[in-house]
Amino acid sequence: METQKIIETSDLTKRYGRQTAVDRLSFQVEEGEVFGFLGPNGAGKTTTLLMLLGLSRPTEGSAKVCGLDPLRKAREVKRFVGYLPENVGFYGDLDAVQSLRYIADLNGMERGEAEDRIQEALKVVGLARDAQKKVSAYSRGMNQRLGIAEVLIKDPKVLFLDEPTLGLDPDGALRLIDLIQSLNREKRITVLISSHNLYQVQKISHRVGIMINGEMVAEDSIEALAREKLGVGDKTYTLEEVYMKYFQEV
Amino acid sequence: MQGLGAIYRKELADHLSSYRFVLLFAFIALVSFILSYMAGINVKQGLEGVAKPKFVFLMLFSTPGVLFSMVQFVAFFGPLIGLVLGFDAINRERAHGTLIKLVSQPIYRDAVINGKFLAGLTNIAIMLVSVVLIISGFGLILLGVVPGIEEILRVFMYLVISIFYISFWLGIAILFSISFRSMATSLLATAALWLFLSFFVGYGAPVLVANTVAPVEQQEGTNQNQLIKNTRIKEAVSLFSPMILYSYSAAVVVDPTRKTTRLHLMGFAEQISLSRFQNPLTLGQSIVVVYPHMVALLAITLICFAVSYLIFMLQEIRT
Repeated sequence: METQKIIETSDLTKRYGRQTAVDRLSFQVEEGEVFGFLGPNGAGKTTTLLMLLGLSRPTEGSAKVCGLDPLRKAREVKRFVGYLPENVGFYGDLDAVQSLRYIADLNGMERGEAEDRIQEALKVVGLARDAQKKVSAYSRGMNQRLGIAEVLIKDPKVLFLDEPTLGLDPDGALRLIDLIQSLNREKRITVLISSHNLYQVQKISHRVGIMINGEMVAEDSIEALAREKLGVGDKTYTLEEVYMKYFQEV
Repeated sequence: MQGLGAIYRKELADHLSSYRFVLLFAFIALVSFILSYMAGINVKQGLEGVAKPKFVFLMLFSTPGVLFSMVQFVAFFGPLIGLVLGFDAINRERAHGTLIKLVSQPIYRDAVINGKFLAGLTNIAIMLVSVVLIISGFGLILLGVVPGIEEILRVFMYLVISIFYISFWLGIAILFSISFRSMATSLLATAALWLFLSFFVGYGAPVLVANTVAPVEQQEGTNQNQLIKNTRIKEAVSLFSPMILYSYSAAVVVDPTRKTTRLHLMGFAEQISLSRFQNPLTLGQSIVVVYPHMVALLAITLICFAVSYLIFMLQEIRT
């Protein structure tokens, strides 16, 4: 099966003054993949995502998303990339349908098409029953689900999820992770997920990248990284052990 | 332009359904109502037994009742409308984490700020038009005079100038809502600038500067050249205030008997007796008188919006 590179960066660098947030980052994500994007707070993950969306201008280097330069073709890239920011916010006085309608409107969708997609997205994320409630009355888990619904209605090829399970209860987090996995499997959506919950990342990721202090210190399948760092073959290993090993080395 | 329509509709709906708008509108409508009532009563009393002059209808806007005229009221408190509608335009979205969501949609980024500005502008227009209609209807009942074409045109011009004036303050408020993260700070900054430009630059600074540069000595008797110089400096400095620019433009437009924005160096009684022998200006002539003021008002509004636009486009948005 031939796979296409969805994300490709070469020497992507972002400096704020003298501080380097992202340092010569080169990595690739292939179509249909779930790529776990790991690293401690402040490692430059969000900055990288912003550069991939064309919201932040790289100091050096370049990035390509589906073969397009996100700086020059920002609108095209945003058309097929769904970005769920960390701590995404909503308009509290709207209900779920109204929120989604606004997003559909911003994406220039026809009214009829939008309504169909809104209903479908609500069903997919399991919010159909609470669709008439004001968003301000939503729990954190429901918020995150609505966030996913908002990126789904534009029928994205790629999802950038920045800490989607942060602050969720274990059950809610698990259900969200399952949802992301099913989106990847059934709709063939490429997912770039950044998270601190290594157990969850291990569960759904095909490959992971570990970013520390702006540098990508490792990028491979979890299995390969475990073999390299822990020297284990088919014994049980966890991503946490691999991650801590890398973290201690830096 | 994709996205502009969507944002404009959302913002307008938000404004119109907010308590903020309802309260503001109630306040403005109430005050205009009182002012025009007082002006109406005044005009009615003043005109009893006198041959009816031209343009009685416009006097509803230009005659001070007990406190001040409608034109003066908008000059003083109109900026509040712009301030209230704009001070949290961008930083509220930022604080709620919705700005990043907006800009990661496939729209041009300027659609966000243009949409917000246009929605505010529409709001201002809705408020002012309804207030002017209320006053007009009230005037019809109270005075029993029907406005002619010329008067309607003048009221329309007055509306246009007022909308621009308030939009300037909307622009300032949006500019501060981009530059300051905290809504309280942007509110205070806008209010401070409003007080500074309107009252200090408008009234305090001119006297200060004029009396420093060209002091008028009381004891020497009236040195005319010195007095004229003093007055000219006062005028020049006060024109840095948008409120003064607006007051002059609006006052000349609604009052056909005003022929100049220059200060009269004569008493009120002399003015009245002189004006008896003069015909009112046509609308075209009135516009010529205040053309520079109107252009300046338009220019500062556009400059202010352009600055906000630039800052917003170059800003990195992370939340």
